Amino acid sequence: MVSKQIKRLYVFLVLLFLYAPILVLIVFSFNASKSTANWAGFSLQWYVELFHDRQIMKALYYTLSVALIASAVATVIGTFAAYGITNMRAWPKRAVLALNNIPILNPDIVTGIALLAMFTFINMPLGFMTMLLAHITFAIPFVILSVLPKFRQLPQDILEAAMDLGATPGYAFFKVILPEIMPGIVTGFLIAFTLSVDDFVISFFTTGGGVTNLSIEIYSMARRGIKPTINALSTLMFVSVLTMMLIINLRMNKDSTRKGESETPYLPAPGAGSG
Amino acid sequence: MKKRVIEGRNLAKEFSGQRVVDNFNFCVMSEDFLTILGPSGSGKTTVLRMIGGFEMPTEGDILFEDRVITSVPPYQRPINTVFQKYALFPHMNVYENIAFGLRLRKAEEQEIRKRVGRMLELVNLRGFEKRAIDSLSGGQQQRVAIARALVNEPKVLLLDEPLGALDLKLRKEMQVELKYMQQELGITFIYVTHDQEEALTMSNQVIVMNKGKIEQFGSPVSIYNEPVNAFVADFIGESNILDGIMYGDYEVGFAGQRFRCVDAGFGVDQPVEVVIRPEDIKLVPAEEGMLRGIVDSIVFKGVHYEMVVLEGNREWLIHSTLKAREDTEVGIRFNPDDIHIMKKQERPADA
Amino acid sequence: MLRRFSASPYLLWTVLFILVPVFMVLFYSLFSPAPGGGYALDLEGYRKFADPLYLEVLWRSIVIALKSTLLCLLVGYPLALILSRIEPRYQKILVMLIILPMWMNFLLRTYAWIPILGRNGLINSLLGSLGVAPLNLLFNENAVLLGMVYNFLPFMVLPIYTVLMKIDRQLIEAAEDLGADRLVIFRRIVFPLSIPGLISGIMMVFMPAVSTFVISDLLGGSQITLIGNLIKDQFQTVYDWNFGSAISIILMVMILLSMSILNRYDEREGGTSMW
Repeated sequence: MVSKQIKRLYVFLVLLFLYAPILVLIVFSFNASKSTANWAGFSLQWYVELFHDRQIMKALYYTLSVALIASAVATVIGTFAAYGITNMRAWPKRAVLALNNIPILNPDIVTGIALLAMFTFINMPLGFMTMLLAHITFAIPFVILSVLPKFRQLPQDILEAAMDLGATPGYAFFKVILPEIMPGIVTGFLIAFTLSVDDFVISFFTTGGGVTNLSIEIYSMARRGIKPTINALSTLMFVSVLTMMLIINLRMNKDSTRKGESETPYLPAPGAGSG
Repeated sequence: MKKRVIEGRNLAKEFSGQRVVDNFNFCVMSEDFLTILGPSGSGKTTVLRMIGGFEMPTEGDILFEDRVITSVPPYQRPINTVFQKYALFPHMNVYENIAFGLRLRKAEEQEIRKRVGRMLELVNLRGFEKRAIDSLSGGQQQRVAIARALVNEPKVLLLDEPLGALDLKLRKEMQVELKYMQQELGITFIYVTHDQEEALTMSNQVIVMNKGKIEQFGSPVSIYNEPVNAFVADFIGESNILDGIMYGDYEVGFAGQRFRCVDAGFGVDQPVEVVIRPEDIKLVPAEEGMLRGIVDSIVFKGVHYEMVVLEGNREWLIHSTLKAREDTEVGIRFNPDDIHIMKKQERPADA
Repeated sequence: MLRRFSASPYLLWTVLFILVPVFMVLFYSLFSPAPGGGYALDLEGYRKFADPLYLEVLWRSIVIALKSTLLCLLVGYPLALILSRIEPRYQKILVMLIILPMWMNFLLRTYAWIPILGRNGLINSLLGSLGVAPLNLLFNENAVLLGMVYNFLPFMVLPIYTVLMKIDRQLIEAAEDLGADRLVIFRRIVFPLSIPGLISGIMMVFMPAVSTFVISDLLGGSQITLIGNLIKDQFQTVYDWNFGSAISIILMVMILLSMSILNRYDEREGGTSMW
């Protein structure tokens, strides 16, 4: 009906639309001049300036440390939660899963404001701790969604088999169940990490006292006008995200071909990263 | 010397208000092969799980060698289980799966190697040590599960419908192998299944179970030949079940006639149920028959012909090596000791 | 033992950091600090919102969100359709290409349009070299709309694509066998079956679109105020928590309503299970 050429053109145009801005940023991050209008020659000066920008380096430090700690904590809590949920009866399971969806479906701004409200009410000073707590909060549901399917894929009665052979429940969990669900745990960790690095809105409302992250820095810089160091930063972030995503999806492919299922590539939530 | 190994006293289990197992009393002697036989939902797996320690009885006790073990957790019972879906550890290879229990007991590496090797021999899987679980066929996984349980030399082995997922030929082979293993090792086996042929083939003791209660307990022969009620008669083998009247000792009336039989003690003029096995009915020319009927259908089953003969307003199921033509008149005969009398009882709904 | 309490830390966390904060927002929307200490009932926030000025903001946010959702739908549905029919070899790569930008920092993706649309940006300098006067592409509603479509398009494409892929090929073959041509097949089989994905996509675009403030901030400047901006101002600049919380509650209710309306069309679990 519609010719193949037109279809190809359409896809190409959409992809162009999606990548043009990113490509512009990347290309002009190497521009010797400030503007995005003229090309003044190849230069790495913006990258150099980036690394000398104390504020940005501070933001990077906070971004990474919050992301690491938050994902680690969220992964632990989330994994144990998934284990508990797997063993629940039908109606508590449904209730908890619905509860789990709340932070995913809630717009970031609502989550951020709500946490801000609570922290203020209990007179907790805004800073690293509050941002960390907020990040853990929105990361946990994704860990659960990542680990839960792995529990479902466990062979039936496997825990009982281990106990039957003499293992205490604790030993059985660590030696039998954990190794099987590990892929889900790792993926959950990676997703939590990526979401945390990427977060803006929730961090924006729950931080204070000079604690900042990359997204917040970009926001302040962007509001003040175009700054070429942002282009350099974008390029670096684009490359690292590309790598992250390749890793996550390669892991999922390896895992799913082993089990023989087909999965669509992973999608970050609309709530996170909006605002 | 035969002694009591497992005993269940007044076992009952309730799930959300429903009694899944009730008034369950039994005992298993050493070196017995006991099968708990029953339809789906009869509670047989629940009984097994209570013996294994995976379910707490709502009432009653489990005893092991006369010691109460009702509250003892599964990892402390000298009992091992072969699970219905094998429950093999996917991230471990065959060797590691089998060695699991031995490692827990902190056995020495040499000892483990020896015992695992012996087990693999027993289940015919020599050379499979390093194989991954998901590379094995159903039958092979089955045998790994058995090896994994037996290597710990339990006093009792519980088997939860282990052959269900195998094809017919493999199932029959495994039945023979399991029986052989049980006798070789001298271990008490408690086996759960809904397949009555399996029960009759392998065990020396059978419990027929229905809706959580024991219907009959005895040897395969006694259960087959002398079912105590319609349920057992119906569940085990095929039967013809008719309404009859016990006129007195050794005399019963059904199908409009009186017959001599070998049962007594039912009273006088008591309504009873009469069971005659299809293979006990002989096909004869119409004039020589105790009863006469028309052949309604005949199907070749390999081992015998299965026929339905309409007599009066009754249908008789007959297994015979003789052939008969449809729509012809035939006579049927049976011996007095092939007539089994049972108390009249509530009949279960036919499947 | 482990089984029963495994999910407890998670449940505790959810109550503390998700349920309680939401109640705090509700609280702040209804109560204000009283002059004599403590809190007194204060419905001023809700009353204020009834002012036509603010109602217009609400209206504008909904309209823009609807427009962007519609645009995403018009662009995204054909794309999903084409994708679902491409050779499987290229499909995975193309899908990944579409997802990749989404993993990029949301702020950067939004900011990226500024160097392109700005007065001294790429487009205007290109136009300038052709002798055309510079256009005001930035800081108006269309820029915000563009930003939204750019950010949320993949969220529309993916659910539709996923559902389209799940359609049993044999259904289509059966229809062909019965004499249906491609147009009929689309109209009567493919499209109706794709509706759950459509609903998913609409939810995933409308929700962040209606609650955003970053896109309107960066691309709309002070010209475009959306509900998200309003809320943010109350908490960051004006410090009228009573009002800000009231607006947040209204936003939450609105989103819950739209989700439950949409959910009625999406009976299957397919809603959030595209994760």
